[in-house]
Amino acid sequence: MDKSYDIVIIGAGSVGLPAALELASQGQKVLVVESASAPGQVNNKKAIGGVRATHSDFGKISVCQRSIEIMSTWQDRYGDDIGWMSNGYSYPAYTPEDEKTLKDLMKIQLEFGLNIRWIGPDEYNDLVPGINMEGLRGSTYSPGDGSCSPLLLGSAYYFHALRAGVEFRFRETVLGFELSGDRVEKVITDKGSYPAGMVINAAGNNARAIGSMAGIDLPVFPDNHEAGITEPVGKFMGPMVVDMRKRPGSANFYFYQNNEGQVVFCITPDPPILGVDNRSTSEFLPLCSKRMLEVYPRLRHLKVRRTWRGQYPMTPDGFPIVGKAGLNLVNAVGMCGQGFMLGPGLAELLARICLDELTPDDPRMLASFDPQRDFSGMEAFK
Amino acid sequence: MESYRIKSHPILPVEEREDVLFTWNGTPLTAKKGEMIASALIANGISVFGHHPKDGSAQGIFCANGQCAKCTVIADGVAVKSCMTMVAPGMEVRSAEGLPELPESAVVTERPPIEQLACEVLIIGGGPSGLAAAIELGKHGIDTLVIDDKHALGGKLVLQTHKFFGSEEDSHAGVRGHDIGKLLAAEVANHPSVKIWLNSTALFVFSDKKVGILKDGVYKIVTPQRILNAAGAREKFLRFTGNHLARIYGAGAFQTLVNRDLIRPTNRLFIIGGGNVGLIAGYHALQAGIEVVGLAEALPQCGGYKVHADKLKRHGVPIYTSHSILSANGGETVESITIAAVDDKFRFQPDSEKSFACDTILIAVGLDSLSEFTQEATEAGIPVYAAGDALEIAEASSAMFNGKIAGLTIVKDCGHEEIGPIPPEWFAKAEVLKSHPGPVKPYQKGLPESGVFPVIHCLQEIPCNPCTTVCPTNSIQTEDGGLMALPRYTGSCIGCNKCLLICPGLAITLVDYRQNPENPTVTIPYEVFNLPQAVGNPIEVVDIDGEPLGSFPVAAVMDIKNRHTQLIKVKVPKAISKQIASFRIQSAEVSRPLPEPIIPEKLADDAMICLCERVSVGQVRQLIRSGITDLNHLKAVTRAGMGPCGAKTCETLIKGVLREEGIPVENVVPNTKRPVFVEVPLDKFPDGD
Repeated sequence: MDKSYDIVIIGAGSVGLPAALELASQGQKVLVVESASAPGQVNNKKAIGGVRATHSDFGKISVCQRSIEIMSTWQDRYGDDIGWMSNGYSYPAYTPEDEKTLKDLMKIQLEFGLNIRWIGPDEYNDLVPGINMEGLRGSTYSPGDGSCSPLLLGSAYYFHALRAGVEFRFRETVLGFELSGDRVEKVITDKGSYPAGMVINAAGNNARAIGSMAGIDLPVFPDNHEAGITEPVGKFMGPMVVDMRKRPGSANFYFYQNNEGQVVFCITPDPPILGVDNRSTSEFLPLCSKRMLEVYPRLRHLKVRRTWRGQYPMTPDGFPIVGKAGLNLVNAVGMCGQGFMLGPGLAELLARICLDELTPDDPRMLASFDPQRDFSGMEAFK
Repeated sequence: MESYRIKSHPILPVEEREDVLFTWNGTPLTAKKGEMIASALIANGISVFGHHPKDGSAQGIFCANGQCAKCTVIADGVAVKSCMTMVAPGMEVRSAEGLPELPESAVVTERPPIEQLACEVLIIGGGPSGLAAAIELGKHGIDTLVIDDKHALGGKLVLQTHKFFGSEEDSHAGVRGHDIGKLLAAEVANHPSVKIWLNSTALFVFSDKKVGILKDGVYKIVTPQRILNAAGAREKFLRFTGNHLARIYGAGAFQTLVNRDLIRPTNRLFIIGGGNVGLIAGYHALQAGIEVVGLAEALPQCGGYKVHADKLKRHGVPIYTSHSILSANGGETVESITIAAVDDKFRFQPDSEKSFACDTILIAVGLDSLSEFTQEATEAGIPVYAAGDALEIAEASSAMFNGKIAGLTIVKDCGHEEIGPIPPEWFAKAEVLKSHPGPVKPYQKGLPESGVFPVIHCLQEIPCNPCTTVCPTNSIQTEDGGLMALPRYTGSCIGCNKCLLICPGLAITLVDYRQNPENPTVTIPYEVFNLPQAVGNPIEVVDIDGEPLGSFPVAAVMDIKNRHTQLIKVKVPKAISKQIASFRIQSAEVSRPLPEPIIPEKLADDAMICLCERVSVGQVRQLIRSGITDLNHLKAVTRAGMGPCGAKTCETLIKGVLREEGIPVENVVPNTKRPVFVEVPLDKFPDGD
């Protein structure tokens, strides 16, 4: 006789781990199936750790505000150090066009109640001492945003989920579903099959493949991003710096100093490099270091310790896909590289979807994540 | 301040070098021109270079190879690895206390584009195997680039002051390691198709089939058709209480300081590990005038050659077999060591502890092949080969041979089918040269009672035979004519001493009955101190195990300068003449244990498993017991492996704990290897327009 579960979650990553803890804490019997050998070992650990509510739509802003609340109070609530820092985010502008774009966006963000303001070059230089002032027109500054360690938070979620009774099956691959009409009866893996009340597809890179097992076409296409980390030094800079400019070979890039004192950095390749390939290329360091030193010459003596490559499971418009398909399959996919910051807040929303407890505000939040939406738009503030 | 420079050395020339003035925490000190900061500090008696940001523990030299960051100092305001950064005149060097500060901003400088070039074969590592391969490639005119991260070719040969084993014909047996390095480098230089880049570190073999190389501080990208990984091996570390103290390091670091930089980094050394590396390091220490308090080997017998172990024992260094290190004791740096007996499962035996005062502990417990370049090239889809220690841990003589084989294999794969098959005897020789030592056999029986003849104190089969090829009268033959079998004296010795001078084990003496049959003269090869032994000085002669046979005055001394060896003659009673193997040079006082053993208060699980991030064995063990067997997950939770050395030290230690906890190997997921091989300033990478 197959063991049955209230909830089967596919994927022990940025979305699956918080959802597992949340649902188990609410008394659900939860199984997490993960093809990797440990939690958080695919794209969760590749995240650089930045967490911002500074988005351009109600859905992501609300979910990330909740994530920030959870992360910033984590240590008080659970006792684990996850390396949380309220170091803020900044988007410096070096062109009049960028200044205008950012300021226009700020209007929307302020309407949503975000703590964000425009600061002049000198004040920005106080926050990021030694930043290249040439042509600097000012910057947004959202001091409530922050950062924490994806490795520590992922592990903390895992251990608390275990304690809350969640079962994990690692090195186990989902092969298909046993369907009856609009209902997933069982999740079938290479090692067993599990009758499930609800199924959450939190499969990251593999979201589309999992969707197709239920006959749904989820437009999720991973593309590759490389990131790196330096040696630690004493605290010298405040917020995350996001440089939105485009250059040959790259779109935006961003870096910050984490709670260990290490600078973590990442660049968005342009055009995107589609597919899943975790091997490092020779292009990343020359491209990214050039842009970093140009905007922040002070970084030159910092030693690069490690680089890595991971994926952004992208949707056509840059917004996640969250919502129910059929009677009991919930998709929480296409996080577009923001799974780490969305995951904790999203977990509560997912629990409400699974348990049919949506609040009056939730439909508004879910609107930008609607699986049925027209994907032709484009996110303004990626 | 006392100088810790080696002023005279039996083998290595001590050259006069220009002084360079610098300051250490404000105090003026003197370095030598071209010297690394770490060496200059140690030469001035400074072994603590700073304190760890996490727990304040003392930091100092560890790898001496740019791989870790334990030796970090602040030089003119910038945090640097002191083992890889040259002292500059007037440099202000400060200890690294906690996290270093990032210096104020500098102006962006325009940069040239990164130089990109192609080659047919890239050889990573200019040691014995890489050079041997380069010679084969050069002979066939193949466009080859050899890169090496050191300032001279030869790899670890550069640090080897002892004579090599093997055969004269194939592997320069009887020649000192550092001279073999020079011979190979000179031969490579004859081949115009082989280009050499020194001071060049391979950082990664990228998926776009390009290799990032930092050459003389400038980043370059090379696109090779084929890669030979001849990058050698790295030393294993050990778990024991106090393993985080300053002045605990491996043989590589020790030999770099002593034999490359002519620094005496310790006065009293204790060695853990009785393989060839540990035994030879002990001998190098004696040659540098360092007291070797003892050597412990966990197995019932040393794994290294018996002739190496015998050299130490004869000179007065005790070897404790079936013993391991229980603890390093001290405040910030090593003040003493406690060893204890172990059983066949390496469990410590109660009440067997012994402690010895010492200031440095050398860990020589084996090597791991440096496999990452092979792995990276494979993932990138570049044909890759391996030779030397990167292929298989063995002696340098064997590395030279499998380097030759790898070289010729690549020549063929480059399309030179006309060269025909690789000579099958090469494979046979490569096999023999890497042989482990065989059983110990008794002394040769029936040696003469008159005339002159060699006594061969080489009783264990090893791949070595220069004594048989050097003898002008063919009077020494191995038992079966092969390389491994024991050499035996077969007849007409003329007393030319050539076998004494060539034997790498210093395991041949000459007994001469001709002057006085009752009181024959025994000639002993000696190369520890190049201080002339005065005729008439009493020396305590010993047998092969170091047991004393009596004290006798030196009758004569022959200085064989080009061999860096002295032949010491003593006249002794006939009865002991054939037993004499050498004489003691280190007094028993040096090796005396402390009156009471120091039993560590801390548990073995308090030992550090990750020195970079200060993670204890206990933390890791607890997680393993909770079911974690993926090293990447252990890293995520503890940070073990996230430090500057990139899991180069902790990975094997963690795997050891996993083994101890009974986790099957197939359940263990190894660390994912990522760029870059060593930490490099961001400044080195930007690509100019």
